[in-house]
Amino acid sequence: MKRAVLAVYNFYVEGFKNMTWGRQLWWLILLKVVLLFLVLRAFFFKPVLAGKSEEQKIEHVSNELINPIKY
Amino acid sequence: MVESALVNWSRLQFAMTAGYHWLFVPLTLGLAVIMAIMETIYVATGDEFWKKTSKFWMKIFGINFAVGIATGIILEFEFGTNFSNYSWFVGDIFGAPLAIEGILAFFMEATFFAVMFFGWEKVSKRTHLVATWMTGIGAAISAIWILVANSWMQHPVGMEFNPDTVRHEMVDFWALVLNPVAISKFFHSVFSGWMTGAIFAIGVSCWYLLKKREERFALASIRVSAIVGIVGTFAVMFSGDSSAVHVAEYQPMKLAAAEGLENGGERAPFSIVPGVEVPGVLSVLATHDINGYVPGINNLLDGYTTPSGEVMPSAEEKIERGKRAIEAFGEYRALSDSDPAAAAEARAVLDDNIDYFGYGYIDSREELVPPVGLVYWAFRVMVGLGGALLLLMGVMLWVSYKKHLASMTWLQWAALLSIPLVYIAGQAGWIVAEVGRQPWVIEGLLPVKAAVSSVSVAAVQTTFFIFVAIFTLFLAIELRILMKAIKKGPEIDNN
Repeated sequence: MKRAVLAVYNFYVEGFKNMTWGRQLWWLILLKVVLLFLVLRAFFFKPVLAGKSEEQKIEHVSNELINPIKY
Repeated sequence: MVESALVNWSRLQFAMTAGYHWLFVPLTLGLAVIMAIMETIYVATGDEFWKKTSKFWMKIFGINFAVGIATGIILEFEFGTNFSNYSWFVGDIFGAPLAIEGILAFFMEATFFAVMFFGWEKVSKRTHLVATWMTGIGAAISAIWILVANSWMQHPVGMEFNPDTVRHEMVDFWALVLNPVAISKFFHSVFSGWMTGAIFAIGVSCWYLLKKREERFALASIRVSAIVGIVGTFAVMFSGDSSAVHVAEYQPMKLAAAEGLENGGERAPFSIVPGVEVPGVLSVLATHDINGYVPGINNLLDGYTTPSGEVMPSAEEKIERGKRAIEAFGEYRALSDSDPAAAAEARAVLDDNIDYFGYGYIDSREELVPPVGLVYWAFRVMVGLGGALLLLMGVMLWVSYKKHLASMTWLQWAALLSIPLVYIAGQAGWIVAEVGRQPWVIEGLLPVKAAVSSVSVAAVQTTFFIFVAIFTLFLAIELRILMKAIKKGPEIDNN
């Protein structure tokens, strides 16, 4: 079991080490993930219902649905 | 006015994000099949040429995948921020398929993807081949769950609304998964990906022919891709046919808009372009019967009686029932603790009218009609380009065997210039599907204007322009990396 886990680990490590053109793609993915989660998610996309209790969420949405803003 | 702007900006941002995401998905789905077939030929024949050919397309697949990865996550950000009412209202109906998709995609991609890229010299030929096929199958399986969620919005099934939690709760998982809309949408979307992959690979191969290099590689790639693309196009046509029947049954307004059909009836005509109609063909497409009844926009708004005697309510009746449902929902919420008997009565009224819940937010019958011109022309662009690309692939396949394709530069240019066309066809298809179902975010249950969060318009505008900037940057990076890889070529000795 331990040998199998080690073999899988080495497979991934060697794969990443021997990458050529794939290396810049991984940097690209990393840059994207940082942009998405550490910038956009953190500063621009705060879920409206985040931080509310279950009851508060129910209350908030039911109020919005029962008393909708008139357009 | 400000609130209306909020709805439009939220809608536009979601459309832009989804459209951007769909630039990458179809190429992933299509190239996965093409490279897997090439590797299968390599394993069957032992010819190193096919190994290098499949490795080249795998590289292109990897670049496209890397740039496309996580673009779908932005849609989930938007659900929570811009569409919080919707996100809560749909409950586990939407969450379950997306969670399954996330987990499956992660594990399949983390295992088979790694074996496919890292395992060429480390695992047996057959194991590697299985990993390559599984990467493609994994991508298609991911698509199933996304499309199950999307199809639920087009035709909500397998759920019940719980006014205590203000959420829809799943009561029949299999009704959700086997939703007929989901099945036809899955095949339609995945096989349109085959078309995209095929046209892309044929176009790139023709670029090599125009540059007078990699001739053997280009011809081999054109043949495999054309076969995949032709099979894919016929499958798109068959799934599109069943999709039309479902749209006619579950979203008749979308069909009427796509046809610009103001007044329907039996033997409904199909409009090729405005003023040119073929009698009875729309009835055949919508009902598989030349005498089938297809309601037009006015019939749907005024109410009508089907040939079988079923009376369909008018827009005003639906709006009235919707308002009754919302009012009963409010009463139930207000009375459920203080007066259980009155709350039970309100609940009964809500249950009786729940199918029309979303109509209660509609202020005028005109709101129920999607933008007809956009849907009408998007449908024609999709079908017209689909037919033209099928013809192109048929000609390419025939010429690659019977004629000297390497000397036919006009055909090579036609194939190269077709690459953007297949993307336009795919985007047009989604415009038909998504613009055609407006004003609904969930058909009949929730219009977009009731689904949006009470956030500021400026916030949505800000993130919209941030996305435009980021998406443009990443698209430019992808194109640059792709061009570099294509210019370098498959590094095959063609002699």
